[in-house]
Amino acid sequence: MTAAGRERRWAVVVLAGLALLALLPLARPRDDVLNFVFLVLLSITLAEAWNIVAGYAGQVNLGHAAFFGIGALVTRMLWMEGVPVLAAMVAGAVTATVFALVIGAAAFRLRGAYFAIGTLALGEILRTTVGTVLPEISTLPAATIAGYRLTLRYYLALGLAAISVVAVAMLATSRLGLGMRAIREDEEAAEASGVGTLALKLIALALSTALAGLAGGLFAYYHISYYPAHGFGPQWTFDALLMTFIGGVGTLQGPVFGAVLYVVLKEYLALHWVDIHLLIFGALFVAIVLLLPGGLVQGVERVRGMLGRRG
Amino acid sequence: MSVLTQQLVLGVLIGGLYGLAATGLSLVFGVMRVLNVAHGELIMLGGYGAFWLAALLGVDPFAALLVVVPAALLFGALLYWGLFSFVVRAHEEARVKNSLLIGFGLALALHALAVRLWTADERAIPTPYSGAVLSVGDLAIPVVRLATLAIALGLTVALQLLLAHWRWGKAIRATAEDWQAALLTGIDVRRAYVLAFALGTGLAGAAGTLVTVAYSVSPAIGLEWTLKALIVVVLAGLGSMLGTFVGGVVLGVAEAASAATFGGPYREIVGLVIFVVVLVVRPRGLFGR
Repeated sequence: MTAAGRERRWAVVVLAGLALLALLPLARPRDDVLNFVFLVLLSITLAEAWNIVAGYAGQVNLGHAAFFGIGALVTRMLWMEGVPVLAAMVAGAVTATVFALVIGAAAFRLRGAYFAIGTLALGEILRTTVGTVLPEISTLPAATIAGYRLTLRYYLALGLAAISVVAVAMLATSRLGLGMRAIREDEEAAEASGVGTLALKLIALALSTALAGLAGGLFAYYHISYYPAHGFGPQWTFDALLMTFIGGVGTLQGPVFGAVLYVVLKEYLALHWVDIHLLIFGALFVAIVLLLPGGLVQGVERVRGMLGRRG
Repeated sequence: MSVLTQQLVLGVLIGGLYGLAATGLSLVFGVMRVLNVAHGELIMLGGYGAFWLAALLGVDPFAALLVVVPAALLFGALLYWGLFSFVVRAHEEARVKNSLLIGFGLALALHALAVRLWTADERAIPTPYSGAVLSVGDLAIPVVRLATLAIALGLTVALQLLLAHWRWGKAIRATAEDWQAALLTGIDVRRAYVLAFALGTGLAGAAGTLVTVAYSVSPAIGLEWTLKALIVVVLAGLGSMLGTFVGGVVLGVAEAASAATFGGPYREIVGLVIFVVVLVVRPRGLFGR
């Protein structure tokens, strides 16, 4: 099967799974179940967004949290001022994207490790600035809390996860996606054969940060109270990175599997090994990177290959 | 005026530790093309090593260096064999990504381990001479911090000499320049990698000890020190250890100046902004080749 065909098939599988999850609130589950699935869905969006830049265009962006944070900040501020939440989220995503394009024009002069550490510093600059300028916790007014609907947030997360999967599927099967993969494999060779590398990298970054901004907006809509700087915390970058690599970077289904496994594993370990769950988690993660550099997707393929040979 | 001067002096003093923290990272990155984002966690562990020696056995924190640094060298060699030797097998592009991933996993695990062993509290090592101050005019120079600056400079010079004159130091430099050419001339590149990584970790251990005696240590300082070290590495460029040390002092002074001008919380930001500007304008750093 061609790569494009495989991506399309996986997109259908994932979307079917998401459609099933749409039925979940009808079963009137406990709130903690809905919150848990919400977290998985938000993680899928965040990981797929990161995957566009890292997996397809091959640029390890360690400033992902900055765009999530901008989306959250702008959405929260506008929404508290009375702007409808969807409009506020779009405004947040647009702000994140515009910022990304300005930054990207400079940051993409850097290659490899320098791009990674440059973007990491950028995220930290924003986190410290926001933490200094807005040190107060942001809490919803009592009236809003009284009308808080978890199901509504759940469906927004579901829609956002679906949008991100569709976006990656369309990208992966398009000329744009092909050009990005050419950059990932060999930037000089791509440039020499007429691929407009800077423009393509900027498009990848714009798409990725728009999704990250939307995810941030949803986070701001979901949480009753949080510190504005929290949205800029490096953990949003690292989570997205870990989920994407655990699943399989540069594939459509990888970040989805990675996000599910990551959230389930982290919650499970936190519940059963309270003290040392991060220790186990870190060690496990290192083991996955060493033993399965292509992530779960590669693991599944390897097993399938072995079965195929036997059959 | 004297307040500003005082701030700048304190900036120089902490800048020396930034420089020492960065030499270890610079060595590993320059030689192996591996970006060890857990470098700050190694510094943190070094600090707790000294803390333990002081709290349990009553060892003087400066004397603790004689135990912590060899232990860190050994730990570095073990980390190399256990984890990073797998990373250097990949080609250079993949190395950066894989080392980031392993570094994150390692940072997470070491942070959790430190919280488990020493709790999340901030720890310091009080000594009889902790409060000693050297007065120069209106300036007050804390003796302990002055000593840490001197030791940091001494270690950097020692490293520079080691790389310049020792047989394996030359091998390490040759590997950094072009590992394939080094391999062809008969250099055991793998051994150069182990040595570079062990030395980098040893320097992190020394930096951690000095940080703990002059300031304090907590499990959460890892990322902060990784960032400082990264900033200095980019500021100074690869290839010169003394240049890296100077880069650290420059960062310390810049932070102090900005804290004095804009207020405390902004000291971090100015360092990072300088970093991004240098990165974009001069990607090879100020002293890089």
